[in-house]
Amino acid sequence: MSTVDTVRTRLDALPDVGLVIAFIASIWAVMLVLAIAVGGANWANLAAGFVGSVTVLIGGYAILALALNLQWGYTGLFNIGIAGFMAVGAYTTAVLTAPTDPAAGAVPGLGLPLWVGLIGGMVMAAIIGGLAALPALRLKADYLAIVTVAFSEIIRLIVNWDGLAEVSLFGVPFGTGGATGISFKSANEVASTFINGVGQPIVAAAEGVGVSGPNLANLTYGILLLLVVAASYWVLARITNSPFGRVLKAIREDETVTQSLGKDTRRFKIKTFMIGCALMGLAGVLFRGQAGYVSPQQFRPTITFYVFAALIIGGSGSNTGSIIGAATFSGLLFYLPARLGENVSLGGTRAPGNIIDAVAGLGSLDPLPLLAYTISNVSTLRFVLIGVVLIYIIQNQPEGLLGHRNEPATSVSLDRAQSGSGGETDE
Amino acid sequence: MSEPDAAPRQETAVTSDAIESPLLVVDGLRKEFGGVVAVDGATFSVAEGSLTGLIGPNGAGKSTTFNCITGIHEPTGGRVTFDGQSITGLPPYTLANRGLVRTFQIARELSEMTVIENVMLAPGGQVGESVIRSVTPGLRGDVIEAETAVRDRAWETLEFFEIDHLAHENAGNLSGGQRKLLEMARVLMTDPEMILLDEPLAGVNPTLEEKLLERIHELRREQGLTFLLVEHDMDVIMNNCEHIIVMHQGSVLAEGDAETIKSDERVLEAYLGGDV
Ligand SMILES: Nc1ncnc2c1ncn2[C@@H]1O[C@H](COP(=O)(O)OP(=O)(O)O)[C@@H](O)[C@H]1O
Ligand SMILES: [Mg+2]
Repeated sequence: MSTVDTVRTRLDALPDVGLVIAFIASIWAVMLVLAIAVGGANWANLAAGFVGSVTVLIGGYAILALALNLQWGYTGLFNIGIAGFMAVGAYTTAVLTAPTDPAAGAVPGLGLPLWVGLIGGMVMAAIIGGLAALPALRLKADYLAIVTVAFSEIIRLIVNWDGLAEVSLFGVPFGTGGATGISFKSANEVASTFINGVGQPIVAAAEGVGVSGPNLANLTYGILLLLVVAASYWVLARITNSPFGRVLKAIREDETVTQSLGKDTRRFKIKTFMIGCALMGLAGVLFRGQAGYVSPQQFRPTITFYVFAALIIGGSGSNTGSIIGAATFSGLLFYLPARLGENVSLGGTRAPGNIIDAVAGLGSLDPLPLLAYTISNVSTLRFVLIGVVLIYIIQNQPEGLLGHRNEPATSVSLDRAQSGSGGETDE
Repeated sequence: MSEPDAAPRQETAVTSDAIESPLLVVDGLRKEFGGVVAVDGATFSVAEGSLTGLIGPNGAGKSTTFNCITGIHEPTGGRVTFDGQSITGLPPYTLANRGLVRTFQIARELSEMTVIENVMLAPGGQVGESVIRSVTPGLRGDVIEAETAVRDRAWETLEFFEIDHLAHENAGNLSGGQRKLLEMARVLMTDPEMILLDEPLAGVNPTLEEKLLERIHELRREQGLTFLLVEHDMDVIMNNCEHIIVMHQGSVLAEGDAETIKSDERVLEAYLGGDV
């Protein structure tokens, strides 16, 4: 049995919610252990920092992976413009909510409440997603990929463009801020207001063990983000486990057959694409715009690649797998190695300046230079690690950790009805 | 008897009687793939409630004719009428919703979906195909109810085709014959008026073949369904179809009942002649 098989067997035994909670909790435990190991007296604050940051990452990537799973995993819509749709959501929220009287030098916005901004961002991302999909979905699948990547770059160039940095429409000034970006009331601020208000006793207790205010606010924010993940998961599970989801799966399998069975597949594809893009827009502002600031640099195409990596690892086609994949990718492959590299040092051995010197040590049977080199360059080398994991998964486990599971596309139990009683599940 | 007022026909000598109440009329249908003329002015009709056979040597253009009728391919020329309305070039889903469905010569199961999911996909106008209804708590009651009914019907259909023991199996794991049965089960779930069957019996065992044919006759008798059947087994065609259309090189060579076809020299020639 391969390692992945073992992990899989364990994962299969748990119900989905328990599985996700157990998985995230074990990542937290790893962070805690690392903090205790390297933090000394400051361990609690360090732990809060690690756990908070990793939770925000997991939350952000989980929303993105769920959205991509709906589009690509379920329906086969190859969206490689994720970064662009995130930017649409983030910028829309930013422009809607930025203060009308900003600090000197900053761009004014429309000063609307945050919830209006979030809804506006999702709606705008859905509309732009629909526009991108409309012409492309009539054509073959490959065209959609090309159109989405083009859209995403166009969006980045537009928000980067000076011409829109500050404009005035009907006498109302607003803008994107161009290359400098735009500041707005952040969701993070809301979290910290919340924790410092209602959560005052928690703050006091945390300060007692040395956890700083910002770290606690970040942790609170991460947990709020996980609640958004839970809500998204709930909605997506309902969408996919329904007759609607059944049509999506069928489109992925064979669109011609689906049409021959009376389904207007284009309508299903456009709806699905719009729902996915709305979620990507939400992730754009909650994740990339966490600090209340967005700029074009935050929406480079690399993030699109990361989301695909997360989904492939977790198992395309499975909602639960999407979250597990997001946690594995962002927590274990992306965040953990970086923290290890920063905090672990091999006392005595100085890291060689380049890989040649590092490998040379092996000649004299001394692995320490190579090890030291690896640790000090881990931020870069983790991308090699991500690549290796992806190749391993694609070669040995093309369905990812959970993609082999059949999450039946129906709203009821599919077992044969026992004589007399129906077999309804919930409600 | 010839009808001078009928649509102009190609000079192919069609000697059949005029069909009284045609459900499907194919008129001068033509389909070219680059230089290949796959269907070359095919003209025929299918009577409502009939079991009509469509035969012809390999490459005669039978499958392509099906594809043009059902909107999979856009015909290069000609007209198709269903139930008195022109359906030329309409997309497959519109036709399916009007009651005209087909199976594929090479079974096209949705392989990563279970057998029962395949079958439950088919019924038209399912309330749960609206995303809002499937998600929103208050509206979902109807979805559950409809879904339960669809599931129960799916089980019945699977039982009839004797593939109910495979309900939770991925369709991709089925044998060739089982896939054909799944295709039949799936189209029946759409509540069709007319079914075009492209070699549905290939790979199906003889006992089940009998049963399938019986079921087809039953559906005609009890629900008035119309069938157009492509099949290579001549005995099946001759024994079951009251009307037979013979295609050769893209056009209709002959039509009539079994006796007429059996005694038609051109048909024999087409089957025995050079380019079979
Ligand atoms: N998609 C296609 N592209 C090119 N040629 C095709 C295509 N489909 C069918 N043909 C050609 O059209 C002719 C008729 O094929 P077909 O309709 O499959 O015949 P039949 O079903 O009667 O055996 C053949 O010569 C075949 O090669
Ligand atoms: Mg054929």
